[in-house]
Amino acid sequence: MSLTKEESILEVRNLRTSFFTDEGEVKAVDGVDFSIEKGKTLGIVGESGSGKSITSLSILRLLQEPVGRIKEGEVIFKGEDLLKKSKKQMMAIRGNNISMIFQEPMTSLNPTLTCGEQIAESIRIHQKLNKKKAWEKSVEMLKLVGIPSPEKRAKQYPFELSGGMRQRVMIAISLACNPELLIADEPTTALDVTIQAQILELIKKLQEDMGTSLMIITHDLGVVAEMCDKVAVMYCGKVVEYADVKTVFTDPKHPYTIGLLNSVPKHDEDVEGDLAIITGSVPSPFNLPSGCSFAPRCPSAKEICHATLPELAETSDGDKVRCWIYTDQWEKEGEAVSRHE
Amino acid sequence: MFLYIVRRIFQTIPVMIGVTLAVFLMMHLIPGDAAKIMAGENANPEQIEQMRENLGLNEPLYQQYFSFIGNAVQGDLGNSIRTSRAVTSEIFDSRFWITVQLALVGTVLAVIFGLLAGIISATRKYSFADVSLMVIALFGLSMPNFWLGIMLIYLFSVNLGWFPVAGWGTWEHMILPAITLGTAGAAIIARMTRSSMLEVMDQDYIRTAYAKGVSDKLVIYKHGLRNALIPVVTVVGLQFGTLLGGAVITETVFAVNGLGRLVIDSIRAHDFPMVQGTILVCAVLFVVVNTMVDISYRLLNKRIDLN
Repeated sequence: MSLTKEESILEVRNLRTSFFTDEGEVKAVDGVDFSIEKGKTLGIVGESGSGKSITSLSILRLLQEPVGRIKEGEVIFKGEDLLKKSKKQMMAIRGNNISMIFQEPMTSLNPTLTCGEQIAESIRIHQKLNKKKAWEKSVEMLKLVGIPSPEKRAKQYPFELSGGMRQRVMIAISLACNPELLIADEPTTALDVTIQAQILELIKKLQEDMGTSLMIITHDLGVVAEMCDKVAVMYCGKVVEYADVKTVFTDPKHPYTIGLLNSVPKHDEDVEGDLAIITGSVPSPFNLPSGCSFAPRCPSAKEICHATLPELAETSDGDKVRCWIYTDQWEKEGEAVSRHE
Repeated sequence: MFLYIVRRIFQTIPVMIGVTLAVFLMMHLIPGDAAKIMAGENANPEQIEQMRENLGLNEPLYQQYFSFIGNAVQGDLGNSIRTSRAVTSEIFDSRFWITVQLALVGTVLAVIFGLLAGIISATRKYSFADVSLMVIALFGLSMPNFWLGIMLIYLFSVNLGWFPVAGWGTWEHMILPAITLGTAGAAIIARMTRSSMLEVMDQDYIRTAYAKGVSDKLVIYKHGLRNALIPVVTVVGLQFGTLLGGAVITETVFAVNGLGRLVIDSIRAHDFPMVQGTILVCAVLFVVVNTMVDISYRLLNKRIDLN
């Protein structure tokens, strides 16, 4: 199950990103490991504030320094550590080898530049085409992402387009230079449900056509089931479960993943009583509990869970999970200790 | 766009009517009998009556207004009492152009230094450069024009001898008055640019630009400044108007024969047609500049509703 270096296009190892605020340090990403195979899709799932977006911004080093800083770790892209690259080298990679789609299509496009100009910009930077050629390519890209009358749309400003159209423009920008890796940070969260499906289908189709690897960040388990090959579940800045998409849905291991799946309403079952919830709430990032961050909300937590943080360890079927239950230690521990607040 | 410009120009018509009305009524609202004042202290009642007849003051008010407008659009603003010359030729022979030149140079200086300081401050937030520039800006904003003018004369003309003390004619005469006029504007523009730029650089589309691999410089100037300029343009337009007003003091300090000094001299001499004419010209100029600002605003910000 474990990936060899040659297969994976991106490998993130022990990534730690913190924000330094007046109230103290916030460990937004606290030791994250995962990898993405060539042409495959990794989903990163978690609640708001679990560190998903910060992980993706850390990969491209787009954090607003000095408030946000990558403290340690490695981001290996095609065998080279992106964290060791110079500013200029990173500029050549961004938008060219690794592209990004953001959550908010309404605000992610520059209001004073036409859609065509914004697509042509990255083409001109990375492919060194002249103005006319870059413009032609950007019209072509608009056509590719399914925008009708692309010549006309290219000359329009973002405010003249609907949310779904703008997200298509964002996709056109990100795919304009045939990137090897596309990072999509909640690409459909801000869109209508009907448009969501269209956008996801478009991303999937283009990914297959271009052979791009995809890292998709979402809190929507439906999107994960639809799109991903592998899933990393994040909680409080840490990966708690890292597994094949099938295993996550059929045999989830971490109590948090189990809780997440239980709380999804099922349309084929009769609704009786309340929807399952995970008790408690996400702890404050300024005051994370010692031991496993999920322990205070975990129904099976024992003394050791509150005391010591488990490793992200491989289980018998090859999945990785950060939980004491799947260790030899577990049987030696006493009864579950509830510390609900 | 063309339609927008036409519409915007038509919109100035009511403003112009308001301006002429205000200027016209000024003559009638000031205390005392205008004819009496204009005829002079030693005039007898017949002479005053004659003056009243000449000025058309015996006619109904609306008729007086229409003949004032009628004459004004034909370029006739009456004659100066002090010099007996036509008001328009007094204004446009040289004085108008001197003040416009001064205000333009002042504005250009204010824009250049204000934008530069604002950008430097915003891109190096809380740095030594940022703090010192903003302190200087606060200083520039707080200094009264006349004091700044006198200090500049004292330092650069009297002590260093770099520039002439007063007068008009060469570009050297223009520097100190233009700096005096432009300083407050530069300070306002700098502060405005800084805050606008800081707000813009936090926007999502700036992150998108970085994610595309755009260089810092291009992100700041192409993506940031272009958006940050939108509120700054308004300030620049309003500043130009303030500069016309500020010219009254600055021209007096530097003994420049512009519109500002003309107004002061005319008020002192109770030269009503002259005061009226000058104020009208300034007001029209202000309206024209603001219309131009609105049009450039539209050029910068595509989202402004065309209707």
